[in-house]
Amino acid sequence: MVDGALRAVGDARYKGLEEDALAHQQSRLQVRDVGVNIRRTGAGRPLLFLHGAGGVMTWMPFFDALAEHREVFVPDHPGFGLSDEGRWIGSIGDLALFYLDLIEELDLRDFDLVGNSLGGWLAAEIAIRNASRIRSLTLISPAGIRIRGIPCGDNFIWSAEEQVRNVFHDQAFADRALAQTLDPEQVTISLRNRFASTRFGWQPRWFNPDLEKWLHRIKVPAQVIWGEDDKLLPAAWASRWKECLPDARLALMPRCGHLPHVELADQTARIVTEFLKGVAA
Amino acid sequence: MKFVAFHLMPYRPLDLVEAAKHRSAWVVLPNSLYDPEKGADEYESHISSLVYAEELGFDGIAVNEHHQTAYGIMPAPNLIASALIQRTKRVKIAIIGRALPLVNNPLYIAEETAMLDNMSRGRIIQGFVRGIGAEYHSSGTNPFYSHDRFHEAHDLIIRAWSEAGPFEFEGDHYNFKYVNVWPRTYQRPHPPIWIPSQGSSETVAWAADPSRKYPFLVTFAAADAVSRYLNAYRDQAKLFGYEAGGDQLGWAAPIYVAETDEQAVAEAGLAAEQLFNNFLRMTWEMLIPPGYMSMPSMQNFVKMRAALGSQPKRTAEELISSGTALIGSPATVRRKIQEMRDRTGFEVLVSMLQFGTLNDELTRRNMALFASEVMPHFRT
Repeated sequence: MVDGALRAVGDARYKGLEEDALAHQQSRLQVRDVGVNIRRTGAGRPLLFLHGAGGVMTWMPFFDALAEHREVFVPDHPGFGLSDEGRWIGSIGDLALFYLDLIEELDLRDFDLVGNSLGGWLAAEIAIRNASRIRSLTLISPAGIRIRGIPCGDNFIWSAEEQVRNVFHDQAFADRALAQTLDPEQVTISLRNRFASTRFGWQPRWFNPDLEKWLHRIKVPAQVIWGEDDKLLPAAWASRWKECLPDARLALMPRCGHLPHVELADQTARIVTEFLKGVAA
Repeated sequence: MKFVAFHLMPYRPLDLVEAAKHRSAWVVLPNSLYDPEKGADEYESHISSLVYAEELGFDGIAVNEHHQTAYGIMPAPNLIASALIQRTKRVKIAIIGRALPLVNNPLYIAEETAMLDNMSRGRIIQGFVRGIGAEYHSSGTNPFYSHDRFHEAHDLIIRAWSEAGPFEFEGDHYNFKYVNVWPRTYQRPHPPIWIPSQGSSETVAWAADPSRKYPFLVTFAAADAVSRYLNAYRDQAKLFGYEAGGDQLGWAAPIYVAETDEQAVAEAGLAAEQLFNNFLRMTWEMLIPPGYMSMPSMQNFVKMRAALGSQPKRTAEELISSGTALIGSPATVRRKIQEMRDRTGFEVLVSMLQFGTLNDELTRRNMALFASEVMPHFRT
């Protein structure tokens, strides 16, 4: 849903930094019968970033900011980006268990888990099942639970323009994104992302009715970050996450939409980094 | 040639100016725009016009299913079919179709159709469709599984009708410990199946498969596209090693006949535009949710959409010249039908003789003229 948005960041915000940016590598990891495209950069304690419904159309400054102290792994979920479809992965629960396989395959231990939107939901689904290798959890405007009476926006019915505009507070980001045109490969990737996010998020819309029942099992330190002007997933949901997670802090970001790590990349990276520093070794 | 009178049952009293303020005439059009007093008249009027078709000598009358829209106020087409059974004696009643992926229990469809088939002593024709994209929004059905659910629900219903029960059904989307539909269908092994479609190659191949040979009905397309799709079906049949019969090839189109071409356009041109521009108006996101089309079809569609920009407004002139709508004198309409027959060998014409806000008087005149001046020419 935010392909254009992420692209804009790549083009308009990141381009000047490109030469200075840490090189990131792209590789393919086979997990069971699914080839997973993984980008990674940096060195140090591992950090796994789980992307949202729009996938990762371009490498982002946020990843490099995190990579100053971490080895950052950014996989494309099955069906998204350049990863295989893995059609048998039919639900968010399947996807979470698939990721537990992937985590073992990469042999990530004592790692920090960060996810945005669909990826935040996925991170929580992974953590309720098995958090033994997870050191901390950072959820950036996560989907996954809802508060009755405070509905989410409908990115599936929004027009292409609304899909971009409604994920930003600062419409300058949207303007830049909308001015871009996608090349054929990007068109295919954005279609794949949209198909795959439909698979996991269409019904019930962006949540799992069973997830909230089990969030108490996530004992690791958690931080929930939310843009106060999130038109897709209401910031009012943040308090429910804080209530349900045993050890959670909350960071609300004024004048920010659904993608704090894009719209306020430096600030969000600082908030994440500070939190990770405070997590006991 | 077989003639079927098809009705969408649009809500004609719709305030088109008010409706245009909303994103679409589907899903999000507030139902406060529906007036039950006027709506009740609409039901009576639309049902009566289908009953009139029997009197005029049509072979069949047809209804279909659409949800949460002013485009058609028939979310439960079987209810209308049931009323039609009571008010007709001879005509086939085609329900084209039921939207299989939208239901969580396809056995309800198997049961209801079996009831109608008994109540009508075997006059039912059953269409199967996937529903229009907007209905995945309004029903909360995940479009990613649209094709899978369609095929599985289809297999379940056909087995429920044709095999002795009880048996167990083990699927991916549907699982039933007991499949044992009472009543059995009146027609054995089951009512004829028709597949209305916009012409996707996957659907053509599936419908033409020798185990099915389902009549294929191309709906609301320009004449060239209709010809292309029907011939694709014929070609597919040849690949399967058989010759498709004309009764396997159907065309559904809005049709309006008057004394002269000019009069026909004057009376029905606006209504044809309304059908597409007002009642069928929806965004791409509603029309084609992700997964509703296969990835290759979707990639082609995105290219086409890029060329089109926003959805173009249709004009009567263009609808007529492209052969999407047949509007003209009896001679003109006869010629266009004959042309399509020459191009495709099709022998099933599903005529939509009311569309847009076309009123009862013009609708009846159209039906009578079509029955007397067009149909007889194709009865040989």
